[in-house]
Amino acid sequence: MGNAAKAGICHSFSADGRCISLLKVLMTNVCVFDCKYCINRESNDTPRAAFTPQELAELTINFYRRNYIEGLFLSSGVIKNPNYTAEQMIKALELLRNVYHFNGYIHVKAIPGADSELITRLGLLADRMSINIELPSQESLRLLAPSKSKESILRPMGLISTKIQENRTDLVKYRHASRFVPAGQSTQLIVGATPDTDHKILTLTEGLYKKYGLKRVFFSAYMPVAENSLLPAIDTKPPLIREHRLYQADWLLRFYGFEAKELLDEQNPNFNLQVDPKCNWALNNMDKFPVEINRASHEMLLRVPGIGVISAQRIITARRNGTLDFTSLKKLGVVLKRAQYFITCQGKIMEGLKITSDSTIRTLMSDQYKLPSYQEQLRLFDEPFISREEVQQCLTAQI
Amino acid sequence: MLDGTDLVYSYDGTFEGLMCCVFESYECKESPCLIRPPSVQQTIFDTSKWIETDSQKADRVYNSIPVKISSEAQELVKLGFLTCEENKELLILRFLRLGFKVGGKVMTMLTDEVVCSLQKAVRHLTSESHKFKGFIRFSVFGEALVAVIEPKNYVLPLLSAHFCDRYKVEKFMIYDKTHSVALIYQSNRAELIEVEGLTLPNVDSTEAKYRLLWKQFYNTIAIEGRTNPRCRMTLMPKRYWNQMTEFDNMSDLFQIQVQVAETKQAIPNDINKTADKTTRYQIQGS
Ligand code: SF4
Repeated sequence: MGNAAKAGICHSFSADGRCISLLKVLMTNVCVFDCKYCINRESNDTPRAAFTPQELAELTINFYRRNYIEGLFLSSGVIKNPNYTAEQMIKALELLRNVYHFNGYIHVKAIPGADSELITRLGLLADRMSINIELPSQESLRLLAPSKSKESILRPMGLISTKIQENRTDLVKYRHASRFVPAGQSTQLIVGATPDTDHKILTLTEGLYKKYGLKRVFFSAYMPVAENSLLPAIDTKPPLIREHRLYQADWLLRFYGFEAKELLDEQNPNFNLQVDPKCNWALNNMDKFPVEINRASHEMLLRVPGIGVISAQRIITARRNGTLDFTSLKKLGVVLKRAQYFITCQGKIMEGLKITSDSTIRTLMSDQYKLPSYQEQLRLFDEPFISREEVQQCLTAQI
Repeated sequence: MLDGTDLVYSYDGTFEGLMCCVFESYECKESPCLIRPPSVQQTIFDTSKWIETDSQKADRVYNSIPVKISSEAQELVKLGFLTCEENKELLILRFLRLGFKVGGKVMTMLTDEVVCSLQKAVRHLTSESHKFKGFIRFSVFGEALVAVIEPKNYVLPLLSAHFCDRYKVEKFMIYDKTHSVALIYQSNRAELIEVEGLTLPNVDSTEAKYRLLWKQFYNTIAIEGRTNPRCRMTLMPKRYWNQMTEFDNMSDLFQIQVQVAETKQAIPNDINKTADKTTRYQIQGS
């Protein structure tokens, strides 16, 4: 039963505004590892329980039949040892796929330290696999996740990425070759648990896209779960704005043709919390503006603050039929609030626009303290079904 | 094109009928200021001209769209007819008149009032139907899955393929309360039929159990300290909540709990155990 729809389908939105698409559960919260930032770490006194593979399969299929979910996102604490854990997960997924004939979406976390053979079997059952890097540097890992190492994370990540490559050629050769994680792999990084800078995180992210062909990198603002001298104090607020800026920058890398080094460098290693990364880039590159709407290249249109992928596309289409002015831009649905400072139409700036540095900066920053949306974070598919406009309304600051 | 007449067409409300209105408007070289489906009341002032539906005429118009304009334009017109746009008939007529004049280019005339309004109406339709792909909730009654929706646009034709594919081996029904139509699928066949009203039987204990589990999952997944009701409302407007399990009102929840409590004997421990797990498990791992 079922299909793995291509465009992401959100089945609900949680109270914090994130898309709920998958049943996100742990096989068990028992764990023999002791990652300092995790609530399930061995040394934490918390009630433990486990699903049997049968229970998990039944729950998934019953949620799926009622259209509550698009599929399953299965993760687990490490019970007994990594191999045993992976085997339990394989059992559950085999039940789902072979007994219940479930064709819906499955995202599974690879367990660090499990044998390659087991990782491969998981990969043949899942649509997407992920291994969370969590901490952006070897040093932070050593301090906070002593049972994990850069090696134990990057090795399976490399394995998955090679398997995906091999599978592509296999699929060309043999039409019936089984598919290995057809929806690719992703990872997550924790933001704010360690002193690592945005520059470090973003450069790592870019590398992961390029080197391992990852589909998505997710960021998660650190929520204190334990008193530990190595971690931020327990009453520290999660760095939500910072997480939001990283997501914006991630979009710029993936859809807007930016490179990490254009956005941050050693001298400015962290994002400006007041201004979004695209605006920030524009303000640092004022010599490239204003751009003429009727002539600018697609690439350059994408770099104008306030103009998103859809707006840029509509401008390109509409200007084939004649010259555009500010009224036509409004008809196209282009939001001018930010863009107006960076564009001209037929050589003219927008009528009545006063560029005093003070009012400009204020408009560009006006949304700064509104809580951004995190619906991006849980989106497990690549094509957003929600229009860019809607997301932007929520992101408050247009990128 | 608008010549200030108060000419009104009335037609039978079908897509074919509308195509005949287009035919008529060309044949008589006239442009009506209103095209009225049977559902719209006649005012005492309009003297309407009844347009008879003739499938040959309709086919001539419909088949000429991809030839003289483009197949995208044909698709847009078809979808436009499903929208809840009040003046969709007139918009479609004017869009086609413009299209027959300028050709395929009409699809890129995004700043034209008619083109822009029609595309906007269709975007509303497709985005609503996409939302329903996720927001529809089925309940299991015996062998069948049943869902109720209250859409603004006529979305069922757009949902059909998705759900038939998703539930290939099931029997299901989606009842559109707004338009009194149901999509019914069984043994590999889907049908749209008119349905006046629908009374559903009481849910059984298994159904009640999964509803409860889902609510618990829903309530645990939100991260505290991050609540953002405004954003949730934008992404999932309240009008959808009516038919969504996770927003069943309290009395309903109470009822389910009572039912669950009553059936506890039948499925020993099960409910609480699994419920407990879902509740506890929304936490980070590995
Ligand atoms: S291995 Fe996973 S579940 Fe276990 S302590 Fe580390 S992060 Fe938590």
